[in-house]
Amino acid sequence: MIKTLHAFRPLHAFRLLLAGLLASLALGAHAQLSIEITGAGASRFPVIIPIFENEGRLPQSVTDVVRADLERSGLFTLIDTGPLPMPESVMPDLAGVRARGADAVLTGSLIPLADGRYEARFRLFDAQKQQELGAMALPMSPAQNRLVGHRIADFVYEKLTGLPGYFATRIAYVIKSGPNFELQVADADGMNAATALRSREPIISPAWSPDGTRLAYVSFEQKKPIVYVHTLATGQRRVVANFKGSNSAPAWSPDGSQLAVVLTKDGLSQLYVVSADGSGVRRLAQSSGIDTEPFWGADGNIYFTSDRGGSPQIYRIPASGGGAQRVSFDGNYNVSPRLSFDGKLLAFITRNAGRFQVAVQDLATRQTTILTDSARDESPSFAPNGRMILYATDSGGRGVLSAVSTDGRIRQRLTVQAADVREPAWGPQIR
Amino acid sequence: MKKLVLPALLALTLAACSSTGPETAGTSVEDRGAGVATVTAGSASGTGIAALTDPNNILSKRSVFFDFDSFVIKPEARPLIEAHARFLVQNPQMRMLVQGNTDERGSREYNLALGQKRADVVKQALMLLGAKEAQIESVSLGEEKPRCEDRTEACYGENRRGDMLYSGEF
Repeated sequence: MIKTLHAFRPLHAFRLLLAGLLASLALGAHAQLSIEITGAGASRFPVIIPIFENEGRLPQSVTDVVRADLERSGLFTLIDTGPLPMPESVMPDLAGVRARGADAVLTGSLIPLADGRYEARFRLFDAQKQQELGAMALPMSPAQNRLVGHRIADFVYEKLTGLPGYFATRIAYVIKSGPNFELQVADADGMNAATALRSREPIISPAWSPDGTRLAYVSFEQKKPIVYVHTLATGQRRVVANFKGSNSAPAWSPDGSQLAVVLTKDGLSQLYVVSADGSGVRRLAQSSGIDTEPFWGADGNIYFTSDRGGSPQIYRIPASGGGAQRVSFDGNYNVSPRLSFDGKLLAFITRNAGRFQVAVQDLATRQTTILTDSARDESPSFAPNGRMILYATDSGGRGVLSAVSTDGRIRQRLTVQAADVREPAWGPQIR
Repeated sequence: MKKLVLPALLALTLAACSSTGPETAGTSVEDRGAGVATVTAGSASGTGIAALTDPNNILSKRSVFFDFDSFVIKPEARPLIEAHARFLVQNPQMRMLVQGNTDERGSREYNLALGQKRADVVKQALMLLGAKEAQIESVSLGEEKPRCEDRTEACYGENRRGDMLYSGEF
């Protein structure tokens, strides 16, 4: 007797939560992602981030969030200067900052507003050049300490590295706990996790809409793979591809109006395009093998995995149609392509002596570098600034998320106690 | 003549193959259990629906196993495929869902595509033996529904399979 014969019960253990809006619905501590830094940049930028003036009035700290973000990025060393604030309105002693070994200092104050809110005012100084690098003011409610902290960390990161920060972004991932699957959305630091979808059947391949308001994914709740689009603020879901056979691997067009999907309605797994509302399906490409895992690049190409040449390799095809061009050449298993937002780097999974590892290819030089030394890496996903790659891997037989910088130096691991985490997708930068 | 009440699952699904579903608000998961219909087992043939769950009948066996990286039905699976094809021919009102599965190694989406190839091979074999295309939907579960979760070759072999499910069983 096979197990599937017993699967008569209705799938009632299933409900929707309003993700994003309801941070208070964050799950118990057991479901919290925790992040561990396992590798850092070769040279780290020493900075001083004193507590903001008046910060003691808030129930939760802002500067702790800023410090944790910068530290976790692997690019900064925080130099502790004790509990005294350095108010935003006062010119800091930059010689003293240098004497403590720091190259930059952030001064800041929380100015109480009449309605109970605050204005976070802050300035960043280069202690070497003895000059101000910039200033900003962000209004906030006391409950917005994390969001504002991430924004401030983005500001510091951008001023000091020249790259946009990614701390105020979100990630999506799937947690498997026993027979239960949850599609969750959390801040990029793993906090504020909220469940968007709970199911007794698998959920795979979440993909963020370019505006960060919707997730497309594949759910097996109907005992076959079907593609849904889920609006995070309302929990509203729509079937966008449910044809005879399997429906999978959604990838948003850069303008958010269409999805590339993989359908088997005409035979083998092949690439199609549908509107984001599920209308107007058209075939994108035709091959004699499997075509799957499309990624719709901002360069107008759709990168995908195909075994048309015998082994799974990465190809690209213009989104407007045309001939496919092979992109990966080393090895006999290269899958799951993701293009960086600037279109310069391609991240993918390569099989290297039987181990599945994250690799990047510089598309201009075709130079490929393997970034990890693990064996079961899957589902790479770029941070919006293209510097970090989030991926799923395995640690002690359990699914965990990891992130690695594109130079391979900075490493982080994100785990949830007593559960498997998998299928990560890093959300877009919303300005 | 036996009468059985079964959820009219596949009949509904096959008829509703269009892409654009209605806007749903999270309750759509229940859809498959929603409708019921009366299905009459073929009486003339003598092979009734009860045979599907009779442990002494070959029809109670539903899995076809595959070798690593293979999409070829092995000779030992032939009697099973023939029995189910005969049942589908004798019971033209019966619908079947063939679910293809893979082991866990490699990309989930690529494995989903490989599982589809296994499901398609089973479907084609059934059709060669007389089952109608409209009776069978082949889908893939990829590596997502392993029957065995250990990381051993024996386990991987058990997970590389196609399962044949009839209306009411999924």
